[in-house]
Amino acid sequence: MSTWQVEIGTRAQLGDALGQAVERDLPWLDLERAGPVRTRRLYLLDAALARTQVDLLATRLLGDEVVEEIKVRKVEDGSQRDASLSAVTVCRKPGVMDPVEASVRRGASELGIDLGAFRSGTLYLFEGEVNPDELQKIGANILANPVVDDILCGSTTLTFAATSGAYVFERIDVPLPDRDEDLLKLSQDLGLSLNLAEMQTIKAWFDEAGRDPSDIELETLAQTWSEHCKHKTFAADVRFRGEVIPNLLKSTVFRATKELDRDFCVSVFVDNAGIVEFDDKHNLCFKVETHNHPSAIDPYGGAGTGIGGVIRDILGTGLGGKPVANTNVFCLGYPDADPNKLPAGTIHPLRVLKGVVSGVRDYGNRMGIPTVNGGLFFDERYTGNPLVYAGTVGIIPKDRCLKETKPGDKIVALGGATGRDGIQGATFSSRELHEDSESLDGSAVQIGNAITEKRTMDVLLQARDRGLYRNVTDCGAGGFSSAVGEMGELTGARVDLANAPTKYPGLSYREIWISEAQERMVFAVPPENLEEMLALAASEDVEACVLGEFTDSKRLELMFDGHVIGDMTMEFLHNGLPKTVLEAVWDEPAEEDLADFEPAPFETVLKKLMAHPNVASKEWVIRQYDHEVQSTSCIKSLVGVDLDGPGDAAVHAPVLGSTKGFALGCGMNPHYADLDPYHMATAAIDEALRNVVAVGGDPDRCSILDNFSWGNTAKPDRLGALVRASQGCYDAAMAYRTPFISGKDSLNNEYATSAGTICIPHTLLVSALAIVDDVRQSVTMDLKRAGSSIYLVGLTGDELGGSLAMRVQQRRGNHAPQLDRRTALPTLRALHLAIKTGQVLSCHDLSEGGLAVTAAESAFAGGFGLDLDLGLMPTRGTLDAHTRLFSESLTRFLVEVAPENCAAFEEGFAGLTLTRLGESQETKRLRLRLDQKVLIDCDLDPLHELHRRSLTDILEGNHRG
Amino acid sequence: MAEPEVLVLRAAGTNCNEETAYAFELAGAKTRQIHVNRLKENSKILDDFGAVVIPGGFSYGDDIAAGSVLALELDHALGDSLRRLLSRGGLVLGICNGFQVLMRSGLLPGPEASGASLSASLIDNESHRYIDRWVNLRSEHDHSHFLRAGLDLELPVAHAEGRFVVASDQDVKALEAGRRVALRYLGQKAGEAAGFPANPNGSLNDIAGLSDASGQVLGLMPHPERFLFDWQHPQWTRRASDAKTASSKNAQGEGFQIFENAVRYLAS
Repeated sequence: MSTWQVEIGTRAQLGDALGQAVERDLPWLDLERAGPVRTRRLYLLDAALARTQVDLLATRLLGDEVVEEIKVRKVEDGSQRDASLSAVTVCRKPGVMDPVEASVRRGASELGIDLGAFRSGTLYLFEGEVNPDELQKIGANILANPVVDDILCGSTTLTFAATSGAYVFERIDVPLPDRDEDLLKLSQDLGLSLNLAEMQTIKAWFDEAGRDPSDIELETLAQTWSEHCKHKTFAADVRFRGEVIPNLLKSTVFRATKELDRDFCVSVFVDNAGIVEFDDKHNLCFKVETHNHPSAIDPYGGAGTGIGGVIRDILGTGLGGKPVANTNVFCLGYPDADPNKLPAGTIHPLRVLKGVVSGVRDYGNRMGIPTVNGGLFFDERYTGNPLVYAGTVGIIPKDRCLKETKPGDKIVALGGATGRDGIQGATFSSRELHEDSESLDGSAVQIGNAITEKRTMDVLLQARDRGLYRNVTDCGAGGFSSAVGEMGELTGARVDLANAPTKYPGLSYREIWISEAQERMVFAVPPENLEEMLALAASEDVEACVLGEFTDSKRLELMFDGHVIGDMTMEFLHNGLPKTVLEAVWDEPAEEDLADFEPAPFETVLKKLMAHPNVASKEWVIRQYDHEVQSTSCIKSLVGVDLDGPGDAAVHAPVLGSTKGFALGCGMNPHYADLDPYHMATAAIDEALRNVVAVGGDPDRCSILDNFSWGNTAKPDRLGALVRASQGCYDAAMAYRTPFISGKDSLNNEYATSAGTICIPHTLLVSALAIVDDVRQSVTMDLKRAGSSIYLVGLTGDELGGSLAMRVQQRRGNHAPQLDRRTALPTLRALHLAIKTGQVLSCHDLSEGGLAVTAAESAFAGGFGLDLDLGLMPTRGTLDAHTRLFSESLTRFLVEVAPENCAAFEEGFAGLTLTRLGESQETKRLRLRLDQKVLIDCDLDPLHELHRRSLTDILEGNHRG
Repeated sequence: MAEPEVLVLRAAGTNCNEETAYAFELAGAKTRQIHVNRLKENSKILDDFGAVVIPGGFSYGDDIAAGSVLALELDHALGDSLRRLLSRGGLVLGICNGFQVLMRSGLLPGPEASGASLSASLIDNESHRYIDRWVNLRSEHDHSHFLRAGLDLELPVAHAEGRFVVASDQDVKALEAGRRVALRYLGQKAGEAAGFPANPNGSLNDIAGLSDASGQVLGLMPHPERFLFDWQHPQWTRRASDAKTASSKNAQGEGFQIFENAVRYLAS
């Protein structure tokens, strides 16, 4: 069989931007000599097309003759490219989503051409010195990911993939063995991630029913009972320090929300996202998700589908929220790590970082949702198991927040077709990663197509406003299995899986049911609205199908083409999971002996801090995200005179024409968990609130989300740490009177190597959403003038434990920052009132690196100098200069106030800790004194440059680890 | 004169339609957001409108050259009605992806006033990266009905394929001579090439926006609909601090003028 091959490259005189981007990455593999690099897009077209049709496609659709060279040729199968060329061809593996294909099909039909078989790829030509092994290395490490891409080196040419045959129906039953060890082995062999008690419970239920389960029934139970879907660790009873804590989550995080009973909470912990009040017509909804394991294996696809998934959570909240802002936080190994010293089987953190950023960029930007807030956090323990958090805020009309399925409603699926993507993702995420995860779990990876989701969203929001459906949820982990099971929990559901459209033939009923193919939503549509719903979908080219209907049987009945393949009660499915009591222990870590600790010169420490990737500017990342689409952005991530100052939080006004808004921020510091996860949790909450209040958010109308990423909690010490953190969550939420409205946990974040298991730092991300009455009252962190008074809000203690200053000096320290639960909320309220009444010129919270880093950032971002006397600093106990400069004590801010407002400002803090430390100056120097003794006195420009360049240089290959 | 009516074109992947419609309404127009499929069913719909705007986004995903699929649809299904719109003095505006669509469909740069054809295109940014950043822009003449001579604007760009290139020097000379360069990226010093990042994508002659020969069609990479109010500027808190505190009413952003000029022209 022959094919048409179309090769398109930019005309030489215009340069080759992609080729140059690859050249910038080559030094990373010590292979600069392989360049220069030329690139071409490759399209493989059906041999059945006529030459004129291929030419038309090539010139009108695929290429641009104005600026590109277009070559069309017919290639016989098995023919080879010129062997003298050092070429690498990259294309998506068969069955993996290739968004190019959908676009080309659409364009071809516009040209009146039936496209037939199609494949696209990219050809990289290396004009320098490179051998075949090195080409392989470049292919797998820079150009593509072998898990999802075919990488063809040298003279091999791209060919069509063989198509799979049609599926022949056969019901498969799985007999359950009697012996415990056989039951466990079965669970492992089938990848169910069910433990012995769960397998025994299932066996007892089917013994009672007098039959064996079908494969799809077992899968449904495994998905529904997975850690990912049921959060069974968090919902378990935990034995800890001599007492049993009944249902850990309800005893801590939920309990705070319940006891606070804030009137702005509309719907908490029941839907796909928490809902809170906004203005007189709208509520806001907010959700943050993790997508850790898929991102470890394919950073690009994992992060993209992570953001795609959390967007669907908002679409599936109430009767559908409209997404208005995205956030993302990544925890990774150090991006300048030595490539030869990584745990076996891991992807280098720099590649992970670039991959996840591209994934979020390509998905979020296409969805038209501004990516407005986030963070990067680095620690070597994340190398094998990086964390990817993605969050979305939505806005929803007040009368569209409740949902209810009724018997007789049709089960309608909208969006993408079903393929073999991400089979068993829910159970996969409930396992530990290991060296071979990459090869074994490739099928757990999904690649998204944002445009399919955008189309689906457009239709969903119109259908919502027309009132065409009664219930909606997204297909996330577990696919149809989880979505239908969840929506029909109180009624019953009957589904015929043969009705689902598939991407290609050959899918079994089991694969259709549990596939995690992206971009699908499931609706409960009253029969009288069905026709209008389907017509609306068709009018915007959104695929829709009727999977079945909701019943009053209280059963989940599964069929394929009329054959029964599953029949279980909803009661067993949702409430049959056996309750467990888990063991937890927590021992305080031993004190670090600091008797011989001599701090480095303060200016050296400050420079190390400015250059540390946790502190250094994230501009390289932020500018790749569209943070202004929807025209709602008021305070952006990058502020100040050079637009590179690190803003504390984002402020948006989501309703066009209104200036009512919200502030969005986050907090986390896993290093405190090395000392005590309790303090880590309270610090994370404090930081999230500091960030939103610093820009103008109202601390009395603030909601938070908890996202735990933890190690394997079957190990009692990991679980004990989770108990401590959960208790911290309760105490801090109560102190701040701030409710949790939604949350998620990701456990088993450990990486098994032959040398032992690496557990991630216990990581709690807290995301905060605070109302801003009028966005024009917001403030930013950059100094605004010379001659302003500079105040420090809050008390400083001996709290260098887990601080970044100790870390850059290769120490841990002993006392993690602790929350003063009595003064924290009054302090935030006083600051908020001052901001609201226009007394504050700039405000920046103190976090990693303490006062020294905050002062430097505010100064260079504003283009003014600072002269501060740290001797005036109110302290808890006697503190040395090093501690005053770098302690990370909580609830502290550096605030700039114009002289004429100082009296009123000070009055607002009566009874709280507030001190004037000095003033801002025209001279661009940072001068920090202890009484008359100079601690740091340096030019701001070099500090600014370190902050601006350090991470960017690593990302652009200007730095060698 | 009745309120001018503006059609805001929507397709799969369009994502700036809401705020672009809002900008026109704020300037006094009536708008309707219509999906391209409706226009393909009945292209006469266009005859009810004084202007068409193709907003930003990623039409059909932009997985092949940006804007190419929507451009094909425009050309095939709407070519005639767009020509009718222009011949009765109507306006066409393409922002970001809309500019890319206008370029791919041939409405921009369009021929010279003499009828001689011109070839130009928008390709990958020199950095090969998507970029969201504010830029300074200058309009040098009154040729475009959306702009005025001497108008300086600060607006955000947000794109991966905004580098303006031509097939030959002749093309750019003709564009310059015909006063077709509607907006130019402005660097630190007037009269010198802007350079990165003032010119964020490597565009030839710092070209950020183009007009057709009639001045009725404008395409630009920056997003005027993202700067309708002063508080959308990334440094507004610095300006407000100079003026003591933020004013109590919404002061206009610089992008608003483009919509205002268009509506004033349509109403005249």
